[in-house]
Amino acid sequence: MRLLFGSFFTFVLAAMIGLGATWFMLTRGVAFGSLTIGAWTAWPKSGSQEIDPYAHAIISRDGELPIGIGDGVAFYARRDDAGHDFDGRCTFTLSGMTPPARYWTVTLYNLRGGLVADAIDRHGFTSEEIVRDVDGRFTITVGPQARPGNWLPTGGIERFVLVWRLYDTPIGVASTTMKEGPMPAVARKGCS
Amino acid sequence: MIRWLLWILGGILLGGIVHLATVLAMPRAASKDAYSRLVPITPVNAMVPLAAPTPQSSIMPFMDPAFAVAVCRYDLSSGSIKLNAPVSEAYTSVTFYTRDSVAYYAINDRAAGRRAIELDLMTPEQHAQVPEEEDVTAADRLIIDSPTTTGLIVLRALAPEPDFLPMARSALAAAQCHIEPVQ
Repeated sequence: MRLLFGSFFTFVLAAMIGLGATWFMLTRGVAFGSLTIGAWTAWPKSGSQEIDPYAHAIISRDGELPIGIGDGVAFYARRDDAGHDFDGRCTFTLSGMTPPARYWTVTLYNLRGGLVADAIDRHGFTSEEIVRDVDGRFTITVGPQARPGNWLPTGGIERFVLVWRLYDTPIGVASTTMKEGPMPAVARKGCS
Repeated sequence: MIRWLLWILGGILLGGIVHLATVLAMPRAASKDAYSRLVPITPVNAMVPLAAPTPQSSIMPFMDPAFAVAVCRYDLSSGSIKLNAPVSEAYTSVTFYTRDSVAYYAINDRAAGRRAIELDLMTPEQHAQVPEEEDVTAADRLIIDSPTTTGLIVLRALAPEPDFLPMARSALAAAQCHIEPVQ
C-alpha cells in the first residue's frame, strides 16, 4: 500500500516538474546561443541546422519560420535599454545606427507575432524609407500618437515586440561577440 | 522520512526526463507548425504566392510585411526539384526548411551571383545517383541535399518601399519549382 502511494506521488511530482519546466521554457522563449546588443537579442543559430532543442520546440509550437543564417538575422526587443516593458500607450525612441547590412527592416508586432492595426497602416520601416540626419543617423518614434518624422504607430496596445531584421549581413554568421554593434538605442519618452 | 526523500528525489529525476522528452518531441508533435499551416493553402511541388500579413490575419507569426513571399511545399519521393527564381530589383533570398521548420540552407541574390537563382534540390540518395561527370561539367549547377523528403522552399523578395510590393510580387510570380521525375 505504501509502495503504491509512494510511486503514485512520484509520478505526479514528475509530471508536474517535467511539464511545468517545459511550459516555462517554451512560453518564456528561453533558448541558448543568443547574441545581445543593448535591448536587442538575436538567436543566429536558430536559422541553421545547429538550432538548439528549445528554440526548435518554440518555433514548432508557434508556427514560425526562422530567418535562415545565409539570409539574415532577426533581433527581438521587448523592453527599452532601461528595462521598461514596451507598452503601446507610451512613447519610445529608437535612435542611432545599425550594424552593416545590405537592407534592414524594423517591424512592430503584438506578443503573438501579429501586426497591429493603426490609422496609417504602417507596421514598420525599411532601411530605404527611413528619414535620416545629414550624418546618416536616424530616430524612429514609436508611440500611440502621430509624430513628425519616422513615426511607428503602436495602436495603443498593451504590450508589443519590435523585430529588427538585418539582411545580407556578416552579423551572427562569423561570431557572437558584442563588438559588431551598434544597434539603435531604445529609450522611453513618457506615457499618455 | 528517508523513504519519502527517495520518492521525492525519484520524482525530480523522472521530471527531468519528462521535461527533456516533451521538448524533444515538440517539433514532431506540433500540429500548428509552419508546414501544417501551409498544407491547406499550398499545392505540392509548385511555387505559390502567400498572402501578405495584415493586422487581421497572418499565415505565420512574425512575418516581415516588407517582403513578398512565395512558397514551394516539396515532396522529393517521386523525383528531385528544379528551382528557378528570377531575382527582383532590391533583394531576393531563398531559404530551405525541413518538414519540422529547420532552416538548413539559405542563399541570397548576391551570393547566387546571377540574374536568377537556379538550384537542384534532392535527397542524399538521389544526389548519389547523379552521374559524376554531370556533377563536374555543370560547374554552376548548385545541388542542395534535403535532410527530409518533404519540406518548404521559401522565396522572399524585398519591397524597399510599399509602392514596390507589386513589383516584388511579379518577380516572384515568375519563379518556378517543378519536379524532375527519376529516370
